[in-house]
Amino acid sequence: MTAKRKAWAWQGAAVLAVATLAWWFSRNLSANLAARGMEIDFGFLASRAGFDIPFRLVDWDGSYPYGWALYVSGVNTLFASALIIVLASLLGLLLALMRLSANPLAAGTSRTIVEVVRNTPQLVQIVFFYIAVLQVLPQMRQSIIWFGTIFLNVRGLYVPAPSGTLYNWILGTTCAVVVLAAIFWRRLGWQQVPRLVVLPPVLVAGAVAACLTAAWDIPSLKGFNFTGGTRVPPELLALVLGIGIYTSVFIAENIRAAIEGIHRGQAEAARSLGLSSNHSMFLVILPQALRILIPPLTSQYLNIIKSTTLGAAIAYPEVLQIFARTVLNQSGRAVEVMTLVLGVFLVVNLLTSAAMNAWNRHLTLQGR
Amino acid sequence: MRGLTGLLRRGTLAAVAGGVAAILAGGVALAQLAPPPGPTVEAIKKRGMLNCGIDTGVPGFAAQDATGRWKGIDVDYCRALATAVLGDAEKIKYTPTTAAARFTVLQSGEIDVLIRDSTLTFTRSTALGLDQVAVNFYAGQGFLVRKSIGVSKAAELQGATICTVTGATLELNIADFARSTGAKIGTLLFDKAEEAIAAMEAGRCDGYTDDSGSLAGMRSTLKAPGDWMVLPELISKEPLGIHIRSGDARWQKIVFWLDTALKSAEEFGVTKANADQMKTSKDPFILRLLGVEGDFGKMLGLDNEWALRAIKTSGNYGEMYDTHFGPKALDLPRGLNNLYNKGGLHYTLPLR
Repeated sequence: MTAKRKAWAWQGAAVLAVATLAWWFSRNLSANLAARGMEIDFGFLASRAGFDIPFRLVDWDGSYPYGWALYVSGVNTLFASALIIVLASLLGLLLALMRLSANPLAAGTSRTIVEVVRNTPQLVQIVFFYIAVLQVLPQMRQSIIWFGTIFLNVRGLYVPAPSGTLYNWILGTTCAVVVLAAIFWRRLGWQQVPRLVVLPPVLVAGAVAACLTAAWDIPSLKGFNFTGGTRVPPELLALVLGIGIYTSVFIAENIRAAIEGIHRGQAEAARSLGLSSNHSMFLVILPQALRILIPPLTSQYLNIIKSTTLGAAIAYPEVLQIFARTVLNQSGRAVEVMTLVLGVFLVVNLLTSAAMNAWNRHLTLQGR
Repeated sequence: MRGLTGLLRRGTLAAVAGGVAAILAGGVALAQLAPPPGPTVEAIKKRGMLNCGIDTGVPGFAAQDATGRWKGIDVDYCRALATAVLGDAEKIKYTPTTAAARFTVLQSGEIDVLIRDSTLTFTRSTALGLDQVAVNFYAGQGFLVRKSIGVSKAAELQGATICTVTGATLELNIADFARSTGAKIGTLLFDKAEEAIAAMEAGRCDGYTDDSGSLAGMRSTLKAPGDWMVLPELISKEPLGIHIRSGDARWQKIVFWLDTALKSAEEFGVTKANADQMKTSKDPFILRLLGVEGDFGKMLGLDNEWALRAIKTSGNYGEMYDTHFGPKALDLPRGLNNLYNKGGLHYTLPLR
């Protein structure tokens, strides 16, 4: 038997084993369901949900169906994930640069933070942040008020909400232009000008222009609660801080490893060309370190998305809490609900992974 | 060698014949007196342990005391069941279950019975593959609110935020109540009652909602009970009771009649202390309950002293209620939880 045939035989055996296992599981499942007079049926997704979701970015009330609850909670999960990824990345970079700096105070602080944070359980940190956030914030009638329009209290951060057709148009157009410009920067022949210097000010200018045209809905205290405006609940804050800080120390270590993986000669060459230490770091070292960094960074981002399910412990309405808790119990469809929840995370993580891999390929091609 | 084999073979034949005869004779006797108690009881006896699903920590129903012992009316039911089936109230593995996980834990076979202040409802009866056996506590959904918000009835909670546990009927009741009264009440959902109470005490919510029994229990855990009040009205019916997996009718009957026995004991004045003396009573109902007359225990697939042991372990229903909800405990008036002849709803089927 040739080596190739042997390899095929092993592959075939493995596939067969997995298929048998899958068949055995599904047969067990259907037999057990049948014994309890139950069956797999996704029809419940169209039934009226009837419960409230305390924080949401899209339309929801009790009359919407269960399926829509998956969408609402999915958006909450993605929103929290995006905020955490931004926070963890920036904080991770900061911690890594502090750790590598010549200043012993900065290096020591970074090292302490990394060791304390990565050696305590994540869930404990999240609950700690939640209780800490709740303890620190004032009661509603003693709200901290900024400019008479922004209120901070134990129920959350209430900010005025902008709205209006012109506002939406200006903001949307600016975002689209900035994203397209960032993607086609080279093809437009602008590589002489750094993207990061031009685009953020454009974005800010667009946002300011949009806000000037907007109608503002200002929060005010009515009865027990503030009405109007937009509310950032303390649950979101605690979740973002909890997972963001926790993951940032792992990202910091990844960045440190990536930077130290760049040959010392690169830094020396940069210095001998007369670049300042900042320029040497941001123009020479980091762009090369990025190539080493992306694969482990991808893992951290995927972990962040999965970790948002810990929000269920502190009443943040993400997919696990709304769908795998409330909907599962109201409908009793355990197998269907858990399959959907696993499917949602699988799809989101595969997409994230694909995007990160595309970025990785892009950088690799550019350099070599 | 051959001789030995022959002997063995002949011996085996004799043994098999004898065994078959014994099984036949036993089977006939069993068929007349004691039908097999069903797969659940067989499994419990084989492992020598009752797996009982209870709450994670609601005083009155199931909560651990300072020594780590589980206490509560649901725990007493588990103990009564274990003594009736196994003859030992300590042979129980308690599985504390969250509201969200409880039915899955039962469906998967990890527990034999779920006695966990769980409301019996239509969906749970029809869609979960479970049987609802008996109601051991009549409750309704009530509200615990901060006195300083100045609310005197539930309809005034317009705009308030209420903390509660996820995966229960509670959040649906609030939504239904809000829908029917036009009030907007926000809910914040936690896995466990103690987490919800902690958030409420920190000021995150204006109040907490739960069934009236659990509400009294959780109120007893507050840091400053004087700052909080229970609103007078209940917005729902919450008949809390016992769930088992469908498919074992024998087990269903044992659990159902155990509940009946504990309540009948109260009706006939049989208590933990006087159960043994009552065996000389003249009341035929008491004699049947305690196994002196009739073969009621055997008809369930147990022995005739099943109920006597259960009563001696946990006391009758009234004693259990008094221990956990009476004036010396949570001080919740019996109300609907009294016997039918004292103005309550507990009306037991006759032991006849």
